[in-house]
Amino acid sequence: MKRRDFFKTAAAGVSIAALGSGKAAGSDKKLSEDRVGVLVDTNACVGCRHCEWACKTAHQLPASDLENFNDSSVFSEYRRMDAGSLTVVNEFENEENKLLPVHVKIQCMHCERPACVSACIVGAFEKREDGAVVWDSGKCIGCRYCMVACPFQIPTYDYDKAIQPMIRKCDFCVERRDNGMLPACVDICPNEALIFGKREELVRIARQKVKRKSDAYINHIYGESEVGGTSWMYISGNDFGKLRMPPLALNPAPGISESIQHGIFAYFVPPVTLYALLGVMMWVTKRRKDEINNNGNGNQDGKEGGK
Amino acid sequence: MIPAPVKHKFLTPGVFVLIIIALNGLVFLALRFIFGIGSVTNLDDVTPWGLWIGVDVAAGVALAAGGFTSAALGHVMHREEYKIIVRPALLTAMLGYTFVAFAVFTDIGRFYYIWHPLIMWNGNSALFEVGICVMIYLTVLYIEFLPLVTERFVGRVNLPDTFAFLNRPIDKTLRYLDSRLSITMFIFIIAGVVLSTLHQSSLGTLMIIAGQKMHPLWQTPILPLLFLLSAIAVGFPMVIFESLIASRSFKMKPEMHVLSRLGGMISPIIGIYLAFKIGDVFIRETFKYILVFDSTSWMFISEMGLMFAAFFLFLSRKITNSPLGLFIASSLVIAGVLLNRINNFIVAYQPYYNPVRYFPSVGEISVTLGCIALLVLAYRAVVMIFPVISREKRDIIKNI
Repeated sequence: MKRRDFFKTAAAGVSIAALGSGKAAGSDKKLSEDRVGVLVDTNACVGCRHCEWACKTAHQLPASDLENFNDSSVFSEYRRMDAGSLTVVNEFENEENKLLPVHVKIQCMHCERPACVSACIVGAFEKREDGAVVWDSGKCIGCRYCMVACPFQIPTYDYDKAIQPMIRKCDFCVERRDNGMLPACVDICPNEALIFGKREELVRIARQKVKRKSDAYINHIYGESEVGGTSWMYISGNDFGKLRMPPLALNPAPGISESIQHGIFAYFVPPVTLYALLGVMMWVTKRRKDEINNNGNGNQDGKEGGK
Repeated sequence: MIPAPVKHKFLTPGVFVLIIIALNGLVFLALRFIFGIGSVTNLDDVTPWGLWIGVDVAAGVALAAGGFTSAALGHVMHREEYKIIVRPALLTAMLGYTFVAFAVFTDIGRFYYIWHPLIMWNGNSALFEVGICVMIYLTVLYIEFLPLVTERFVGRVNLPDTFAFLNRPIDKTLRYLDSRLSITMFIFIIAGVVLSTLHQSSLGTLMIIAGQKMHPLWQTPILPLLFLLSAIAVGFPMVIFESLIASRSFKMKPEMHVLSRLGGMISPIIGIYLAFKIGDVFIRETFKYILVFDSTSWMFISEMGLMFAAFFLFLSRKITNSPLGLFIASSLVIAGVLLNRINNFIVAYQPYYNPVRYFPSVGEISVTLGCIALLVLAYRAVVMIFPVISREKRDIIKNI
């Protein structure tokens, strides 16, 4: 809390910014109690990459035949999402059992308090009531501030397109789900490595699994409270740092940037006050200047002023 | 002392060099608009913002701060003796912000949607605030410049034959504008100062949302304050720097009586900035990162070193009374603030997954240099057409 106090005193000194810093931010939109999520169990994932194929197919991205996705040579290097993929699976060495590598699927985590939603200049991102974070191409101006803001480095951008480049990331298959289907990756997963359900429920399942098989899982549900919680959560037998999941603090991703914004702009009070102050200053100094000029011009009125 | 258009040859060897640099930049700019951002920049999904945002936008906004600091001094506080710097500073700000707006236009992927923030609002976004403030401020700057246009052309509108019929209506419009503006100008002047205070600080808020992706030496909740203070600190040095270059280039005597006094005000401002910066290092206990002495820590040390050097130089009377001393000291502040913006937006951005350290491409550097060259050329052209730079009456008559 030391940090915040320091900020407050400091900001108050310049622009009375502390006025409204307690105001709740707009992205605190009410989330449904029934909002959904996915629990990824890396112990159950076999790295078949069928989810990658299903995702591409569901989102009309170019994909080769499903059989080609069994090729495990792609695991030789760590991969990230790009303009042609919204999810990828990576392979890591298993510390518990060298013969059995760990596979980790990555995609947008659908944060509870998303930084992209907070940051986007035109509000092209939206946190839906059901938990999904979606992007609206009709608004986006391509500034890539969402990519700067995202703590998981998820959104990708079409760098080689001059016209209508897209920001891409997992959309939690909102279209499919609106039609009563499961997310494509969950649907195809042969091994129950991806469990879809109410977020609340998933946290309970994850805790049970971790507790019941404490030798197989480390006691950490990644995403339960990182950056204020995410819709996608992970359990694993390996330390998440080893699986290249970023070690993140527990405060919501937008951090204090929203408080600062709302502090500076608290109902436009600070800017208007500054405006008024400057106006008064301008008027006073003008009068003084005029008085000095009048006296300097040999005006012998001899009233107050002049000195 | 009255402002008047500078009478001088436009083309000199230096100007030719600038034109070549500008043309080179325009070539890469064309490529960017034909083949996309990836074709000329080193930007990728890991590093979405680079030189164009760090230097053209962030540093550009800071270096154009002379516009509002000198407007505050000359107009709001009515310090008559500084009036002669207000117009050059206004021109710098006007061209500087035009350049910033153009840089944004170049950097955003869907440049044709640049107007979206006007109708699609997100009050939580620092970028939205910066965008809106910069748009309004740019308009205010153009309005503030209008009196120079009316002053120059009222009673002197003389278009070639084909358009001669427009002479009267244009003259009338200018006269009308002139009469309206003289009554209402104070509204815009104060608005300019308020808008600048807002977006200079919000520019600092921008990177806060990057959270742990930003190196702890720079990631601090007082970033908006540091950005505002450093912008104020670099305002007058930039005015001095330009005034000295203009005097030299146009073979005029430098305005030392004003510039020296202006120089005397700079150390206290830098002092306050440095006090906050150092206080921040101690309160957040980030000095351990300085003592690592890797490339990141050296960037921080350089940025601080430049500001410290400038702080001490500006304290000395000897320095502020000599054109060379003033020039060097001002350059140090400019370099310090430029480096600070580069550090904040480029060096400090070290995300968790970061396989290749970003360095700007030839294309990015060319576009940035090209834009700066265009800016200097535009400045030169404007001061030769409009009454921006003030001189003694007899010098003006002699020159004509």
